[in-house]
Amino acid sequence: MAEGGIIASGAIRSDTQGTVLWGFTRPQALAFGLLLAFMLVSPFFLYPVFLMKVLCFALFASAFNLLIGYVGLLSFGHAAYFGMGAYVSGYAAKAWGVPPEFCIILGGLVGAALGLPFGWLAIRRAGIYFAMITLALAQMVYFFCLQAPFTGGEDGIQAIPRGVLFGVFDLSADIAMYWLVAAVFLAGFLLIHRIVHSPFGQVMKAIRDNEPRATSLGYRTDDYKLMAFVLSAGLAGVAGGTKALVFNIATLTDVHWSMSGEVVLMSLVGGLGTIFGPLAGAAVIITMQNYLAEYGSWVTVIQGIIFVACVLAFRRGVVGEIAKALKVKL
Amino acid sequence: MEDLLFDLQLVALGITNGAFYALLSLGLAVIFGMLNVINFAHGAQFMMGAFVAWMLLNWLGIGYWPSLILSPLIVGLIGVVMERLLIRPLYKLDHLYGLLLTFGCALVIEGLFRNYFGASGLRYSPPPGFDALDLEYGDFFMPGYRVWVLLAGTAICVATWLVIEKTKIGAYLRAAVERPQLVQAFGINVPLMMTLTYAAGVALAALAGVLAAPVYSVHPGMGANFIITVFAVVVIGGMGSILGSIVTGFLLGFVQGVTDVVYSEASQTVVFVIMAIVLLTRPAGLFGRA
Repeated sequence: MAEGGIIASGAIRSDTQGTVLWGFTRPQALAFGLLLAFMLVSPFFLYPVFLMKVLCFALFASAFNLLIGYVGLLSFGHAAYFGMGAYVSGYAAKAWGVPPEFCIILGGLVGAALGLPFGWLAIRRAGIYFAMITLALAQMVYFFCLQAPFTGGEDGIQAIPRGVLFGVFDLSADIAMYWLVAAVFLAGFLLIHRIVHSPFGQVMKAIRDNEPRATSLGYRTDDYKLMAFVLSAGLAGVAGGTKALVFNIATLTDVHWSMSGEVVLMSLVGGLGTIFGPLAGAAVIITMQNYLAEYGSWVTVIQGIIFVACVLAFRRGVVGEIAKALKVKL
Repeated sequence: MEDLLFDLQLVALGITNGAFYALLSLGLAVIFGMLNVINFAHGAQFMMGAFVAWMLLNWLGIGYWPSLILSPLIVGLIGVVMERLLIRPLYKLDHLYGLLLTFGCALVIEGLFRNYFGASGLRYSPPPGFDALDLEYGDFFMPGYRVWVLLAGTAICVATWLVIEKTKIGAYLRAAVERPQLVQAFGINVPLMMTLTYAAGVALAALAGVLAAPVYSVHPGMGANFIITVFAVVVIGGMGSILGSIVTGFLLGFVQGVTDVVYSEASQTVVFVIMAIVLLTRPAGLFGRA
């Protein structure tokens, strides 16, 4: 393996900087405060549906980043967990009338349940083989969804009701739905932050930086990798399940390989291995897609160009570059 | 008896798919061996091969046979440019960056073709005369063009294997895979070899694309669907050996054909199931070195 792994060397420094709150460093706490403030006021001057889309994909990208940024495993099949989360959550809401809070949890459970066997298979190989295996397994899920009756084939599941949260809050208004999505995103974001800074997370990072050494210290590295994979897949399922409720729809697009590519792109643009990177990347990519929606396939072309440009010249991503310029950890 | 013949026909069709798997995984293995890059753009280059053949025919009136040479040359030249401009700066970095970069290239190529040609398929008819190769026996019918694909695909695979195993250039290549610095110290231009290896792998994909143009409809997404299955084939075979990737390609095509007969719903997923089984029993792949 070439020097430094996929995380650009220098982007990550040890956790020796003082923490002020919940394991956040001072700059991270500041950024988190700004994020909270922005999330509170933004629905009053930005379109809530746009914000919900950004937050769903930000959670999805954060889940993906948990694996690539902190364990060093590049999954190219995260659309499988996202898409299956969306399908099952949407189906439960529509066919069984399950309340939204359980739909979202169900989406997460489905993602984790799928991630368990897939992760168990994929961690047998590392590096590019891992990427190819996860991609191939996700393609299998795609073909399954194409043929299975409950997914509605090419039409997908449409007109999914958002339902009534806890039997009290009607979510059919966008602004009500927004607060739920914001809460789900924050819960996922803080959970990922907690995981990364737990003793478990320290072992994850040790595996990323030098797996043989972690093994020699007595850690069963495969168990840690599998656990991280299941957590990541579960959170991707939560993101998918929430997305299905927001847009009232779950389709084959959600399980397609291009969705797996999109989440890689978001994390790469934002900054792999940074806690705020996936959010920034999701905001950039979703904004771009919104502005370019009328240009059809040019979106694909431009996404491809961004991919190439990021890999060649911008491997730290937006947040990684800012962190480097300010000499802080974000 | 008649059912059996019909089943055999499905298996034979599966084996011609196997020829494409073999050609594509062979190109991937050659590129990976030398450059340590998994060429995600392989599917897009396969698609470009088919489109260049279509353009040569419909815009310039150049037929199938010259296209078999011209299209791989043109796409191979594009490969030279890609390697020099984009892939070369990544050799010192983690291999995953090569995968991400070529994925981006694949998106750009596919998007451009989709813009220009739309998503629907274009017809590319093979030249007349292939009916002479038609295999017909009762209910068993295999179109002559498919027979040709099988023969040509096998011949190209064998030729590539011979070049790598039996010629001086192949010996340089194998040596450069093992010890690039040492080979360079002997005065062989290794960077040039890497460029040419990439171009050759890309040209193989384009050649497969020209062969595939009359079989499948020519459309911008044709490569992407193929390449993911080919990735599974590569995982099953292991990328250690050239012969291994050829054998695995044909084998998986055969298995797909048999599955089509036994339980056709699973014919698209069977390759992935086999991949899972191989990962459980021989994680390095059937022909891979651990």
